[in-house]
Amino acid sequence: MSELLDPFFLLGQLRSGLTTAMFLFLIASGLSLIFGVLKIINFAHGSLYMIGAYIAWNMTLVLGRTSLGFLGAVVVASLSVAVLGGVVERLLLRYMYKRDELYQLLFTYALVLIFSDACKYLWGTQPHSVSRPPILSGSIDFYGVRFPHYDLFIILLGPVIAFGFWVLLNRTRYGRIIRAAALDREMLGALGANVSSLYTGMFALAAFLAGLSGALVSPIKSVVPGMDVEIIIEAFIVVVIGGLGSLWGTLLGSLIYGLTLAFGILIFPRFSIFAAFVIMAVVLIVRPWGLMGRPVR
Amino acid sequence: MKAKARRLSRRIPWTLVLFLIAALIPVLGSRYYTFLATDIIIFAVFATSLNLLLGVTGLVPFGHAAYFGIGAYVCAIFMKDLGLPFLLAWLLGGFGGALFAALFGFFCVRLTSVYFSMLTMAFAQIVWAICFKWNDVTGGEQGYPNVPMPSVAVFDWIPWLSRLRIDHKFFYLTLILAALTIAVMRRIVDSPFGRMLTTIRDNAERAQFIGTNVRLFQLIAFSLAGGFAALAGGLFGIFNRGVFPDFCYWPKSAEVLIMTILGGIHHFWGPSVGAAILILLNQYIVSYTEFWPFALGLILLVLLFALPGGVVGAIAGLVGRAASSSEGAPDAGVLGAKQDLFWLYRCKWREFRRGQELDHRRDRPQRRRQIYAVQSDHRTPASRPRARAV
Repeated sequence: MSELLDPFFLLGQLRSGLTTAMFLFLIASGLSLIFGVLKIINFAHGSLYMIGAYIAWNMTLVLGRTSLGFLGAVVVASLSVAVLGGVVERLLLRYMYKRDELYQLLFTYALVLIFSDACKYLWGTQPHSVSRPPILSGSIDFYGVRFPHYDLFIILLGPVIAFGFWVLLNRTRYGRIIRAAALDREMLGALGANVSSLYTGMFALAAFLAGLSGALVSPIKSVVPGMDVEIIIEAFIVVVIGGLGSLWGTLLGSLIYGLTLAFGILIFPRFSIFAAFVIMAVVLIVRPWGLMGRPVR
Repeated sequence: MKAKARRLSRRIPWTLVLFLIAALIPVLGSRYYTFLATDIIIFAVFATSLNLLLGVTGLVPFGHAAYFGIGAYVCAIFMKDLGLPFLLAWLLGGFGGALFAALFGFFCVRLTSVYFSMLTMAFAQIVWAICFKWNDVTGGEQGYPNVPMPSVAVFDWIPWLSRLRIDHKFFYLTLILAALTIAVMRRIVDSPFGRMLTTIRDNAERAQFIGTNVRLFQLIAFSLAGGFAALAGGLFGIFNRGVFPDFCYWPKSAEVLIMTILGGIHHFWGPSVGAAILILLNQYIVSYTEFWPFALGLILLVLLFALPGGVVGAIAGLVGRAASSSEGAPDAGVLGAKQDLFWLYRCKWREFRRGQELDHRRDRPQRRRQIYAVQSDHRTPASRPRARAV
């Protein structure tokens, strides 16, 4: 227990907690966006993330291990996942909007199954790893606590994306249309907005975020089959804690989750994942719409 | 002629016929067929228990595997560590599942639609995390292996049975227990209590209006479903010769949901048919390719886009259409709550016209097993709210 009093050790835990939190925010923000606008719980979001990671790995093989090569891999991965998301929305998902939630859930689960096997078929089952880009491979030493540049980059990227989202949603014309679509789809259509292409765009944007986070996670975690199922549950917990459809709630939820995981390990070494589920259950019991969400329906 | 044939087909106890046919499977002597049949029977019980919530009560649980896992662990641990006889351990497993379902359900039934599904999943994940990490009791990640096969003394008294292999014996044990469990579930669905659950599914507001404690009914249904799932889990733990945390993990919940919907949620036997189809397809496809999840995803897409009522729903629709076209009258049994509402309005209108009270039940076509919101009001006539002229 003496570790609990060591400020440098705690700082190290804080660093890892924040990194986890910001990664989860990148993924969960897309999930939350889709739920907020399309009213669909997208289990396949984790699969898009996994596909992003695989494409990024494949592209670094093509483009080489330079910083520019990594940047190119990230861009290609996120854009191609965005295109994939748009295609899926156009061809299949749009026929599910009017169905029961149960059928929507099963539909996205079908996508999970199909994508996971497609990845196994294309890229095999052995784990792959991507090396960090040279420009971000160093680390800062802060009184004996190591801060890798890459972690700092991720910790800074999270708030940047959150701010970008906020500007998009609250300060632009598209943002107004998106918020209107979240409130009343038919009315928006009646006022002359092209709702169906807006939906495709939103799904592609969420897929873009999933692909981006998949590409960015590849230097930290190994790229393996099964990372989709693992991440979607975590992202789901985050979104439920923060509030489905709420951007700031998602940020708060990912901070709570990341820090619980990092510090929970100190208090109950074996049950930190358990603590996250308990928080999720308690939030659902007390405020089903999440800490920062608004009660809908 | 056709009506006569149908009446005759109703006389035949199809369930008993099915049971007897199933009982002949070990006679084929193939261990593989017995294995498959045992698997199907256990999952039929599991899926039917899910349908108590999904099709009958209209709740969508996404963590039903938790109770399956609890039943499996409780039964296995009581048998192996405490040395209890199988039947006792099995029943205690079912009881444990029901108890946990009641505990979790208490919170779950307070939420609606998506939030209900998510909370059931959260609880299931908590159960999974405990099973995964609590090494001393559940064996943690490694699972709980070498669950003993139950030895049933009764079987040894029957000369033909006592000579069978242990897995054939276990098949008979499973068949008998599963048949009893399914019979109990059938009885529950057909009871006034089950009718009230259906009313809640169709129109929870109206159920509340006639004085039903909707949440209590849902809670009882939830814990019953959990208990039956746990009974299925207890059998599966033995069948699988080990219990693993995967039994509670969310893809298992998704799997049983797919079975139930594949079969059709609006028929009592739908989930069982779904379980049989999915397990057989699995065996068939796995023998050709390792990409079973891919195939399952495609099956699911076909199901969602082409067969929204499930396999049994589609067959019943075809049969119903053929029957109605030959008799020239719509089948009253397939009409739903909307028709019922229409009926109520018509009664009220007649009352208004005649200026007298009219029992809205008197001149309805009565059929066996019809599911109507109004009919499931099972209280005594004196306390029943009467339809009044508006």
